[in-house]
Amino acid sequence: MDIPDKDLLAPGHRGCAGCGASIAVKLALNALGKNTVAISATGCLEVMTTPYPETSWEVPFIHVAFENSGAVASGVESALRIQGKDDVNVVAFGGDGGTVDIGLQSLSGAMERGHNMLYICYDNEAYMNTGIQRSGATPYGASTTTSPKGTASFGEDKPKKNMPMIMAAHGIPYVATASIAYPEDYVKKVKKAAETKGPAYIHLQQPCTTGWGFPSEKTIEMGRLAVETGSWILYEIDHGNFEITFRPEERRPVKDYLSTQKRFKHLDEEHIEKIQKYVDAECKELGL
Amino acid sequence: MVSIGCVIKTPGNSRNNKTGSWRTFKPILDKEKCIDCDNCIIFCPDSSVNKQHDIDYDYCKGCGICANECPSDAIEMVKE
Amino acid sequence: MVKEVMTSNKAVAEAVRLAKPQVIPVYPITPQTTISEYLAQYVADEKIDAKYVKVESEHSAISAAVGASGAGVRVFTATSSQGLMLMHEILYAAAGMRVPIVLADANRAISAPLNIWNDQQDSIAQRDAGWLQIYVENAQEALDTTLMAYKVSENPDILLPSMVCLDGFILTHTVEPVEIPDQESVDKFLPPYVPEHAFLDPNEPMSIGNFADPNYYTEARHDMDVAMTKSMEVIQKTCDEFAEIFGRKYGLVEPYKTEDADIIFVAMGSLCSTLRVMVDQLREKGEKVGLLKIRAYRPFPTEAINEAVKNCEKIAVIDKNFSFGIGGALYADMKVKIDKEIYGFIAGLGGRDITPEAILEAYEKTKAPENDVTWIGLKEE
Ligand SMILES: Cc1ncc(C[n+]2csc(CCOP(=O)(O)OP(=O)(O)O)c2C)c(N)n1
Ligand code: SF4
Ligand code: SF4
Ligand code: SF4
Ligand SMILES: [Mg+2]
Repeated sequence: MDIPDKDLLAPGHRGCAGCGASIAVKLALNALGKNTVAISATGCLEVMTTPYPETSWEVPFIHVAFENSGAVASGVESALRIQGKDDVNVVAFGGDGGTVDIGLQSLSGAMERGHNMLYICYDNEAYMNTGIQRSGATPYGASTTTSPKGTASFGEDKPKKNMPMIMAAHGIPYVATASIAYPEDYVKKVKKAAETKGPAYIHLQQPCTTGWGFPSEKTIEMGRLAVETGSWILYEIDHGNFEITFRPEERRPVKDYLSTQKRFKHLDEEHIEKIQKYVDAECKELGL
Repeated sequence: MVSIGCVIKTPGNSRNNKTGSWRTFKPILDKEKCIDCDNCIIFCPDSSVNKQHDIDYDYCKGCGICANECPSDAIEMVKE
Repeated sequence: MVKEVMTSNKAVAEAVRLAKPQVIPVYPITPQTTISEYLAQYVADEKIDAKYVKVESEHSAISAAVGASGAGVRVFTATSSQGLMLMHEILYAAAGMRVPIVLADANRAISAPLNIWNDQQDSIAQRDAGWLQIYVENAQEALDTTLMAYKVSENPDILLPSMVCLDGFILTHTVEPVEIPDQESVDKFLPPYVPEHAFLDPNEPMSIGNFADPNYYTEARHDMDVAMTKSMEVIQKTCDEFAEIFGRKYGLVEPYKTEDADIIFVAMGSLCSTLRVMVDQLREKGEKVGLLKIRAYRPFPTEAINEAVKNCEKIAVIDKNFSFGIGGALYADMKVKIDKEIYGFIAGLGGRDITPEAILEAYEKTKAPENDVTWIGLKEE
């Protein structure tokens, strides 16, 4: 992989030690290069990178609010294009909350209108910035501060919203899933998305040490486990052509993934079995 | 005094914030063992490993990802 | 210069065409809708060289507007009532980010009950957002004010967005003769927007819309207050410059027969036309009455008001909005800032006609007051 002399996301940011979100953004910016304008929704990413008067962004950056990065990016893209700046990459980042929950409408509008931009959802599967509350992207069984385990609760009782397929249903030219644990696959997709004319969407799984409850050194290992167990499937839909971009040699049991995270620690065999069945069905559907 | 709209016109100046002080464990990289896979560079959340595989302790938060992802056990985490 | 008969919505659209914004994110809502339609047609016919962003909501309209203005281009958007309410959060962000957007608000009541007719509760509800708010009385003023709004907002000492408030239906759907300035004169008056404080250019990267802790937030908001105060001077200067080029005079306020008046009506927007007629009628009967039209509600032109009301005994403020337990917003502001005997009247909510009888009622109740605040034109049963 190409290693730049200087990362376009500067160190000194306030992300937790081992933060996957900064890996996500660093890799994307390095792939896109300097000729890029970045937009971010409110969330860990924005808060950790722009505490005034310091910024970690080496490219032009704008943040407005939590639920509107799709629309803000639409405005930025329109302003650049009307000025004839057709070669500038426009990349918007939103957390899972900012994307699959509160920002869904704004993003849907942006994708439908055909802006030439890339939207990356960095999915850490909960509202981390505000203290690990559930989102529509929180997986079944995960204990969060608003879907806590308890005497009458096993944690989040609904499976994860299938956001990449919702984006695919918009008929946009490029949709992909990715993981920070597979940087070559991810970077390839970012570059492909940037070259695509029109809107592109990447749903990136980003393990979070603080929110998922694993030691900081395991951020990448956790992402790998998600993919190796089939809990997170890497694919792309390029102009309608679906393709799995990474196939684990042998799919490991989901228990290997669940048992290493505090958010799933409470699950009994019955629930683990249920999750295994979900994952099996999903893998079957996508042909993994 | 703040800038108009709190706009920041000094890109990347979070480098002023030396996050190395957060560290409790310190990665020690043994270049003898290194096989140049670059995992430590690619996965470092704090851009603290350069192309020559030197660790920048000004920013390294000691997360241990580099050590965990090193295929040749070239990085050891030692208590500060 | 051409003269044409048109609605205030068309007049605003004409002003926008002349101001040449490059991005127009807009979402339709009665009674603003025809603005969004005219502008779509102008773009379709290449009368404006702009990106018309067909957003899916007002929230996205204002968000895209902030994005585009932050990127460094001139931007226009328009809305009304529920739409303005949906924008609420981002109106504050726009002002705090100091992006000089111009927005036209076709004033309409707020639900519930659902009502599409005029009052001014929608823009009044946004009065503390950090936007300049100018209320206009007719189509010509709507056009002229839209042009002037860009000049004021884009002034490097101001850099706050502007809201041009025009009464729904009463202005937006009523035709009047309007002088349309020629492009050359407008270009002279309003040169292209050249952003310095904020823009998005890979050759000069900057971060916009950052996180500010208690060390900085207060100063950032205080700076906005300084700019808002300063805008009074800039508005007046801009009005003078406008008058020189286009011949039409405007100011922060517009006094009418206030010099020797014992009682002065104070109001905003199209109601002032009715009040002016009433002042004349009352004057014929020997009543010493005048009118002070407030054009600039934010910034609040305390000095200009004081100057206009200095000789009067009493003030009757008519508000088309209401703050529970307080009275109208303009009334409340006057009570705080103007040292006179002031009475407040609530009228014209949800499109209720403000009849001459209602105005006379307000006048009588100012002469012989019973309450501080009175709802006028209220049905008995
Ligand atoms: C309209 C609005 N509602 C709620 C919030 C509070 N809030 C800020 S960030 C956030 C959660 C962000 O979650 P996510 O998008 O998943 O990003 P993360 O912090 O996990 O990276 C919430 C709830 C807000 N800023 N604005
Ligand atoms: S909570 Fe998670 S996503 Fe947020 S900064 Fe910490 S590690 Fe990164
Ligand atoms: S310990 Fe973490 S922060 Fe330090 S160099 Fe290794 S990966 Fe980077
Ligand atoms: S991860 Fe280990 S082997 Fe790879 S470059 Fe770094 S030190 Fe060398
Ligand atoms: Mg999240």
